Amino acid sequence: MTHQKDASIPTIPVKARISRWFGRNLIRIYAVFGFTYLFIPVLYTFAFSFNDSGKSNLIWKGFTLNNWKNPCGAPEVCSALGNSIKIGLLATTFSTILGTMIAFAIGRYAFKGRSTSNLLIFLPMATPEIVLGASLLSMFLVFHINPGFWPTVIAHIMFCISFVVVTVKARIASLDPRLEQAAMDLYANELETFRRVTFPLVAPGIAGAALLAFSLSFDDFIITNFNSGTLTTFPKFVYVSAARGIPAQANVIGSAMFILALAIVIAGQFVGRKTKVAK
Amino acid sequence: MPYLLLLPGFLFLFTFFVLPIANLAQTSTQTPIAGGDTGQYEQTFQFSNYINAFTENKEQFGRSFVFALLATILALAIAYPLAYAIAFKAGRLKNVLLVLVVAPFFVSFLLRTVAWKQILGEEGFFVPTLRNLGIISESTTLTSTSFAVVMGMTYNFLPFMTLPLYASLERIDPRTMEASGDLYANGITTFRKVTLPLSMPGVVAGTLLTFIPAAGDYVNAAILGSPNTKMIGNVIESRYFKIVDYPTAAALSFTLMAAILILVTIYIRKAGTEELV
Repeated sequence: MTHQKDASIPTIPVKARISRWFGRNLIRIYAVFGFTYLFIPVLYTFAFSFNDSGKSNLIWKGFTLNNWKNPCGAPEVCSALGNSIKIGLLATTFSTILGTMIAFAIGRYAFKGRSTSNLLIFLPMATPEIVLGASLLSMFLVFHINPGFWPTVIAHIMFCISFVVVTVKARIASLDPRLEQAAMDLYANELETFRRVTFPLVAPGIAGAALLAFSLSFDDFIITNFNSGTLTTFPKFVYVSAARGIPAQANVIGSAMFILALAIVIAGQFVGRKTKVAK
Repeated sequence: MPYLLLLPGFLFLFTFFVLPIANLAQTSTQTPIAGGDTGQYEQTFQFSNYINAFTENKEQFGRSFVFALLATILALAIAYPLAYAIAFKAGRLKNVLLVLVVAPFFVSFLLRTVAWKQILGEEGFFVPTLRNLGIISESTTLTSTSFAVVMGMTYNFLPFMTLPLYASLERIDPRTMEASGDLYANGITTFRKVTLPLSMPGVVAGTLLTFIPAAGDYVNAAILGSPNTKMIGNVIESRYFKIVDYPTAAALSFTLMAAILILVTIYIRKAGTEELV
């Protein structure tokens, strides 16, 4: 056996073996290229957060930790970040509450007007951001409401609701109805079943929706640009300073957000695994 | 009970989504008040606003749809193998790779777009390298071109394409693919007759999630493009803020939205998947 196997190896030419390896791993090679494409600007942003650049962060001038030690060193960058976080938290809270209620209504009940409701949820997602932003601004102007902090919060709640509904609804749809039936069989009333069975099972979906809402709000530029007036958010700050070169501190904040978000996701995975084991 | 749950959210969406769109429709047929200040308009039901807005900006409209279509096709070509690899070839690394697809999202999308501008710029990595290799001439640039805009859009919307594709590929029972192999179908036939049709809901959702925001985008064109690569979003933005021509901006927004809704409806009908959201 072993002898035969040894003898058979040289009969496959090297060229054929290489091409076979490529054939088998083509999709993996392709995936590596895909990930490289995704990460080039991330690595660039991270690297240039250490650039000893002075005002305009265009050319590599040498390594420094000063930008990380003093992330608020560039004027306006931290107030812009603060505004983005405040708007993000408010928009996340309200859109998660409103969206979760809608998701339960659509996911749990058969009622007249259900397909219209689905359409009303789908439409904001099918409308380009520029139209959402422009139409809201037009309406605010009609009612003589000046663009600024609260109009931006309202705009963000509006476009986040649909995404929350879709995420939470998917979680509700994946629930096993037998779990709730079991609770009812064990003499739990509707409220108890909801509080002790349904809600804990849907909670991860709600948490995911809240994270999604926050990242959508935090990263939004187009709708914000229309409704924020003179208020500067972090994406707006980057857009405005892009012309004359963004300060390295903006790269620090971008990189820190990246690390923080990865940490949250990884921690979430660990918690998820632990609770699974505990069950 | 369901109506009580719906009420607050729908009241909000009605006030801040439906009413503004209705108001936008109303603004789109207004004309300037004679002798009024800039930015003052009155309702005159001037439907020719639409014709003027469209004929003046045909080029940008066309470009928006061509760029969005190109970005969607490119994103599909890149994301499908990526999603396929994560769903079927990643083994234990599946969750890690999935996080990596979403991870670039966390660096502000504007920072990443500005990063591309610098990477593709004169002092970046690609231009000098390609020049040294003689692939592009000394005078050729990569930024301020249609190429850069389409590339930036493809990049920015790639996760929107990858995630729904992954979700629908992951749901496929691998035994259906094995069964196809048992029935003497080769890899290509299995893909064409089994995997691809089963992943169509993901393809439809991903292409929509890419095409819709791409068609209305103006950030990529503003940062990576030049005045010659202006899209309809750039026009709407400048009509609003620089020229204060609300009726034209409204007519353009409305035309864009209508065009997208019509295209999306036809596309969903043709693709035959109603299961989207």
